Amino acid sequence: MNPIIKTEKISHVYSVDTPFERVAIKDVDFEAERGEYIGVIGHTGSGKSTFIQHLNGLLVPSSGRVLYDGNDIRASKAATRDVRFKVGLVFQYPEYQLFEETVFKDIAFGPRNMGLSETEIDARVREAAGFVGLPDAKLEVSPFDLSGGEKRRAAIAGVIAMRPEVLILDEPTAGLDPHGRDEILGNIDAYRRSTNATILVVTHSMDEIAKSADRLFVFSGGEIVISGTPRAVFLRGDELRQMGLAVPKVTEIAHRLRDAGVAVSADIYTIEQLATELASMRAAIRGGGTNA
Amino acid sequence: MLKDITLGQFFPGNSIVHRLDPRTKLALTLFYIVALFMCKSYFAFALMAVVLVAIIVASQLNARVILKGLKPVAIIIIVTAILNIFLTPGEPIFEWWIISISVEGIIMAVLMAVRLILLVTGTFMVSYTTSPLALTDAIESLLSPLKKLHFPVHELAMMMSIALRFIPTLIEETDKIMSAQKARGADFETGNILRRAKAMLPILVPLFISAFSRADELADAMESRCYHGGIGRTRMNTLHAEARDYVALLGGVVIIGAVVALNILL
Repeated sequence: MNPIIKTEKISHVYSVDTPFERVAIKDVDFEAERGEYIGVIGHTGSGKSTFIQHLNGLLVPSSGRVLYDGNDIRASKAATRDVRFKVGLVFQYPEYQLFEETVFKDIAFGPRNMGLSETEIDARVREAAGFVGLPDAKLEVSPFDLSGGEKRRAAIAGVIAMRPEVLILDEPTAGLDPHGRDEILGNIDAYRRSTNATILVVTHSMDEIAKSADRLFVFSGGEIVISGTPRAVFLRGDELRQMGLAVPKVTEIAHRLRDAGVAVSADIYTIEQLATELASMRAAIRGGGTNA
Repeated sequence: MLKDITLGQFFPGNSIVHRLDPRTKLALTLFYIVALFMCKSYFAFALMAVVLVAIIVASQLNARVILKGLKPVAIIIIVTAILNIFLTPGEPIFEWWIISISVEGIIMAVLMAVRLILLVTGTFMVSYTTSPLALTDAIESLLSPLKKLHFPVHELAMMMSIALRFIPTLIEETDKIMSAQKARGADFETGNILRRAKAMLPILVPLFISAFSRADELADAMESRCYHGGIGRTRMNTLHAEARDYVALLGGVVIIGAVVALNILL
């Protein structure tokens, strides 16, 4: 089966032929399967935001191709337009894109641009609002009367309402409190579980992404420098630190414990893993009396 | 696309033109405009062109950049030239129906186009070589006599600085909002004017909202640092006119004199 989305050596150069010319991404090869949860991490200016805008055709690569389900997204105008709806892109601070009189109308903006019937639009808006936990009563108020977290969720619903098969979110939890953060991450999970959509999350938070991602891609200087499972990526903590990135806090703790002579494994990246290991160690000490 | 606007853009540098006092540059621009409109003889125009080229060379700017700056006004220049060709009365060399072209018309059109190109490029040189902040400082300093008449010079200059400061921010913001709405299938490129105007709504509403909230935040930030207008306010960088500024101003006066002389003598 084809990967749902794939890039072949895409590069992007901004402001060609001016004093401000800058290569944003270089020869990026990437692919994602259906239903996969992918984390994209990297420093500010590492090219990750430029990269994701290629996946739905907002930016055109200076060289290379983007394939959706095996087909070049720039094969025809219709294909380019179609991919906008199939690959949903939620920008950073998406609440700043809200503009309609009511939350309902705002969420309906995408589906309406798709040319769907009114009944279909209605169904999709309510479904999307359901995914992000916005009650019916909130659909009729102005989006500008919502709280910060609700605005963010309404904006995400505006993209989900197009029922994208690939949902890309650029730092969806930036600037939210822990509670709002968990809610958004839960919403994304709910959408993925019920539709088997591919999720791609750009983030700075290693702790967040370690929990949910199947695979991680690390950007640095416009290139993918490390990719693989969270376990494999976080094992290369020293390289990550050299790029100005961090490992999850719990991995940091595990590494410090190892330095201090406690024999926990090096590839720990969730709290549960560390807790299990420590518990079994304690059981071993209590039971066998041997020192770990 | 939006980022390609060069009108009023500043290209940092360290040439003699960059280092001139911004007040000198503003005064010289005024001299230049006056001289340009006094030009009658071809030699006077040639002199103005030579002066401009000398300034461009001294500024060490890339000539391509300067030509690019002319693009937005190209239409105005062309239309002016065409109108002059057809509407200047004189000895006709070509007549058809109500259209007649005269030698005087062609000469007038060429001179007008040259004058406009020199005017636009000359005034753009100021903004190419002077940072917007230095420019508003210069305006504030030059207008300061008006304070006696209770004209809010400082406030005006502050508003200009803020407006200039936020142009790039707003352009960036517009780009971002456009991308976000495009990601939801918004279409800004097809349809008639009415449709396209309506398509701007999803950009304008968020843009205005964020501009207003930004203005609010900026006002709060300024007040919390005790900003209360221009009274008793001192500055960290005061403007100093140096020897080169007086020389440049003298040069400006000499050029006006030369234009007058060329007009009379030739």
